[in-house]
Amino acid sequence: MLPAAEKVITRNWGKPDSWTLEAYRANGGYRSLEKALGMTPQAVTDEVKKSNLRGRGGAGFPTGMKWSFVPKDSPKPKYLAVNADESEPGTFKDRYILENDPHMLLEGVTIAAFALGVRTAYVYARGEFKFQAERLQRAVEEAYQAGILGPTVLGKPFGLDVFVVRGAGAYICGEETGMLESLEGKKGWPRLKPPFPAVVGLFGSPTVVNNVETIASVPTIIERGAAWYAGLGTEKSGGTRLICLSGSVNRPGVFEITLQTTVRQLIEDERYGQGMPAGRKVKAVIPGGSSAPVLAAHEIDVELEFEALKKIDNMAGSGGVIVMDDTTCMVRSLWRVIRFYAEESCGQCTPCREGAPWAARLLRKLEEGRGEPEDLEILLHVAHSIAPFPPIGLGNTICALGDSVALPIHSFVARFREEFEAHISQHRCPFGDRPWGHYGALRA
Amino acid sequence: MGSPFFSAEEQRVFDAKLSEILAHYPADRKSAAMLPALRLLQEMKGWLSPDGMRLVAKALEVPPERAYEVATFYVMFHTHKPGKHVVDVCTNLSCSLRGAEDLLAYLEAKLGLRAGTSNEKWTLRETECLASCGTAPCLQVDEVHHEGLTRGRVDALFDKLS
Ligand SMILES: Cc1cc2nc3c(=O)[nH]c(=O)nc-3n(C[C@H](O)[C@H](O)[C@H](O)COP(=O)(O)O)c2cc1C
Ligand code: FES
Repeated sequence: MLPAAEKVITRNWGKPDSWTLEAYRANGGYRSLEKALGMTPQAVTDEVKKSNLRGRGGAGFPTGMKWSFVPKDSPKPKYLAVNADESEPGTFKDRYILENDPHMLLEGVTIAAFALGVRTAYVYARGEFKFQAERLQRAVEEAYQAGILGPTVLGKPFGLDVFVVRGAGAYICGEETGMLESLEGKKGWPRLKPPFPAVVGLFGSPTVVNNVETIASVPTIIERGAAWYAGLGTEKSGGTRLICLSGSVNRPGVFEITLQTTVRQLIEDERYGQGMPAGRKVKAVIPGGSSAPVLAAHEIDVELEFEALKKIDNMAGSGGVIVMDDTTCMVRSLWRVIRFYAEESCGQCTPCREGAPWAARLLRKLEEGRGEPEDLEILLHVAHSIAPFPPIGLGNTICALGDSVALPIHSFVARFREEFEAHISQHRCPFGDRPWGHYGALRA
Repeated sequence: MGSPFFSAEEQRVFDAKLSEILAHYPADRKSAAMLPALRLLQEMKGWLSPDGMRLVAKALEVPPERAYEVATFYVMFHTHKPGKHVVDVCTNLSCSLRGAEDLLAYLEAKLGLRAGTSNEKWTLRETECLASCGTAPCLQVDEVHHEGLTRGRVDALFDKLS
């Protein structure tokens, strides 16, 4: 049987008033910060490096390495910008950290700031997270009152200000440089890289951008040690990970799992998804947020881990696992995915700005039975012009939103081509007016 | 001092809150406060009129186009007067697998307007994934999440709103 995952991120969830400072402290909170303040900043960074913590925002970049890119001798102030934009379709984990344990995030922020020599940190929450931003803001206020934030942190000669900023509805502001532009009060147009934010980031200063879950992992790493944390994971990625399970499965939700857990185990295990609805089988699964390539049913014995997914030209991404059952229409599913990216394209790069809406129109045409035989080739050609595939990462655009249009198209058509062709030859959707599978109707 | 746009009291509130916001940014980076400043104005006035955007731009010492450019980029900013309640329904993949298309159709019928349109009382839109995919289907009314919706829960929610 699949071993139970250690509770790193979720350990306080469900405890009474878990979001308050009092409860967090009663559960051992802020002791890691004390411990870190007794270390040198370099030693803290080294510990994070050795823990094999990898970014949980999408790209899986090694966190310790990112921190070490920040120039030590810069005369400019340095910033930490925590990415709480959480907008990738299928992803809903960071919100529960903000709701259930905002102090775990804040403790991670203080430790990271100490390690990096940061005196000002921003947490950028998506605009729709009004409740979550307010809860975090209250935690920030508690931390100021308790002397955890402010001119001195726990009485040590190190000061830190934390500001919570809300976006206003734009997926692109989750892309790290789009987020920095937004923090600077502009529309969220991603920047060309290099220079990377660690060197030239917010207000032209060195800036570390990390995801909420990434930063919330730091207190445990300091408390239990890098070796312990690394030992929870695989050779190249440490720790546990939050996975968001949604779609056609009996028990959707957020689960903390070991990195050795496969997609199939996640769906079937009693502690997690509890299987497929009666009589239904898996048809397709997107394993890493809707940007990731889709997997067919025979491919789901893959571990939900960065390297394992990369090996099969896929990605662990943001941890959003979306399940489609055998009565779900793949054309309509892909249309919903692409329509989102078409809406959210920031308009800066031509292949994405023009290609995404074009692809969405083609998919709608196919789904409505108006497709012509050449449309499928045109669709693939549009995707190829935005980003050839495989491998992942060949996009012709400034940021990876372009790839998020191309990867789903390439992968859906490669696996379910007959279904796309059936829409053309039958001049209709073979699923009629029930394209969404077992749970696809609104319940009474 | 009052103006045709703000009463003296409104001006005082706006100035006080704006100076709190500005304290979060470096002194030479006033314009970084654009999003919170626009939000402040929208909370006070319900939407962002051209006069309002000019006022924010002036306070942040940037040309008015900058305020307009930002306001029109983000969907939660309203550069036209919205209905009394703004309803944002998620129809992305995870929600559609859980009844979101039905939900939208049900709301269109119930509220009597098409998605993407407004009347005095409602603005009804399809929106981004709201990070409620595990508790789908979902929507926001006036920036508050409602999740795990059924027809009954929708009725209970909307029959309360006026
Ligand atoms: C279009 C796009 C949207 C993104 N949205 C998010 C997001 O909502 N949250 C997030 O943490 N990272 C998001 N990312 C990834 C960030 O660019 C960045 O890699 C991440 O925040 C770095 O943090 P990490 O190293 O801790 O993962 C997005 C990337 C792209 C290209
Ligand atoms: S798909 Fe609707 S909330 Fe994520």
